[in-house]
Amino acid sequence: MNIHTNETLGLDLKNRPDISYIANLVKPGERVLDLGCGYGELMLILKNKGVRVQGIEKDDKCIIQCVKKSLYVHHGDIDDGLKHHLDHSFDFVILNQTIQQTLNPGQIIKECLRIGKQVIIVFPNFSHWQIRSSILLSGKTPVTELMPFHWYDTPNLHYLSGKDFEDFCDFERIKVLHRAFFNRTRQIKLFPNLFATLALFVIRA
Amino acid sequence: MPTAEQNEFSHGSVGVVRTQIIQFDSLTLEGGETITPLEIAYETYGTLNEKKDNAILVCHALSGDAHAAGFHEGDKRPGYWDFYIGPGKAFDTNRYFIISSNVIGGCKGSSGPLTINGKNGKPFQSTFPFVSIGDMVNAQEKLISHFGIHKLFAVAGGSMGGMQALQWSVAYPDRLKNCIVMASSSEHSAQQIAFNEVGRQAILSDPNWNQGLYTQENRPSKGLALARMMGHITYLSDEMMREKFGRKPPKGNIQSTDFAVGSYLIYQGESFVDRFDANSYIYVTKALDHFSLGTGKELTKVLAKVRCRFLVVAYTSDWLYPPYQSEEIVKSLEVNAVPVSFVELNNPAGHDSFLLPSDQQDSILRDFLSSTDEGVFL
Repeated sequence: MNIHTNETLGLDLKNRPDISYIANLVKPGERVLDLGCGYGELMLILKNKGVRVQGIEKDDKCIIQCVKKSLYVHHGDIDDGLKHHLDHSFDFVILNQTIQQTLNPGQIIKECLRIGKQVIIVFPNFSHWQIRSSILLSGKTPVTELMPFHWYDTPNLHYLSGKDFEDFCDFERIKVLHRAFFNRTRQIKLFPNLFATLALFVIRA
Repeated sequence: MPTAEQNEFSHGSVGVVRTQIIQFDSLTLEGGETITPLEIAYETYGTLNEKKDNAILVCHALSGDAHAAGFHEGDKRPGYWDFYIGPGKAFDTNRYFIISSNVIGGCKGSSGPLTINGKNGKPFQSTFPFVSIGDMVNAQEKLISHFGIHKLFAVAGGSMGGMQALQWSVAYPDRLKNCIVMASSSEHSAQQIAFNEVGRQAILSDPNWNQGLYTQENRPSKGLALARMMGHITYLSDEMMREKFGRKPPKGNIQSTDFAVGSYLIYQGESFVDRFDANSYIYVTKALDHFSLGTGKELTKVLAKVRCRFLVVAYTSDWLYPPYQSEEIVKSLEVNAVPVSFVELNNPAGHDSFLLPSDQQDSILRDFLSSTDEGVFL
């Protein structure tokens, strides 16, 4: 299995269907808060489109790369760094493959719904058939291209599927505006919970 | 003349420089009194371009002065921020025109307690009027205007320098494009005031103090040295001190210091006395303690005025100006939708980190300044 670091994962973001999907949702001049912005690749794409984007990231190396890209970043932890933001002060709050790494995802999503008019959540789909079969056949915690970590070194604290997220939104009466599913190269429309590696939801309070 | 190799970074030096003193008619202070004439000691490095839009004002910390980079004739050590100012360095003198001025109330050439009072031909000493951070900035504004600069490319500073930079952003919002605040705060906490108070009380209790009207032969040197020792402890970190001094206990000695850290502090205190004035120490620490842009909602309201981009840098090991104070500034800026980058560096050197060489800090300062963003949008 080819193990990617966060850095290499970021390099080919530009041709990713999920990234284009996000970039198409946000209009120039709108304000975006990117939580767990990593090396700032998505922020850079949005910024170049004229979006007013700022990010939060806890990794030193990422922060330095963001400053290099002339992006505005807050070095801190989203688990405790959102309280000061005013209600609906951003058009979009983005959690791009971040939510599975936070301590208290439910709480953070609610906080995002308070700050953002809309919230875009993207996460690795844990019910992808390869993951299902890996557990079934090998009996081991899966290590995949999108979740290239072992149980002992993973930043991912939570594993969820598209269906899990739908249930959460139902239970919390959160409105789902859009849902889209992807693999590395294209959008998946047929049996997405089985065939998509990545799930994207646009929600609002 | 020292060579580039002597620098920790493999870039150049601005070479030999000289502190200049400029005189203005007067400056009316926030307290209502007037300094006549107003003198400002300053140095510049690099060249002001034709459009006069490449100037960076560097603001110094408590015991600093106008000598930020390069070497004074015959000196072995360069100015205090030489790691970052020079050709090819983060504050690149091939691109930017750097101005560094000594604050008023200080003792390194700008109007302050050592200035001669024209009325009696003697130094003002403790009869010099109270000076605020706002006054220091207003004096710098005169210097900037003298160069014909309307809008500074950046104002930058650490610690007290950071407070001046912050004050610039609210006092003259249209006159700076970038603001760099390092290891600083929007107001002193009770703890920070407490440290300064102990320093001031050490000076006040020196037998030579004489209400600040001491002679140069009989200065309150012991008190000033104690104040510096106290201050110096707060500038370093536990880790740094442990690494540098450990405990190293020789045979117990009741009569004099027997720990390495003790002798180090005594040395720091004694050498400080040769280059600083006790009255100035009191004026400048009071200016620091009185400075307040508020915290929380109050700070957010004050910072609503700013029109520049911000870089705020804090240091995990800084216990004198802990990172939460920097974050408070950042959060207030973010609520106002001000473009701001906040970085907390994990340098081990404590509060002094901003003065020391660090590749990460170098890259952040360099890249923040290099990005040509107009700062209108986030």
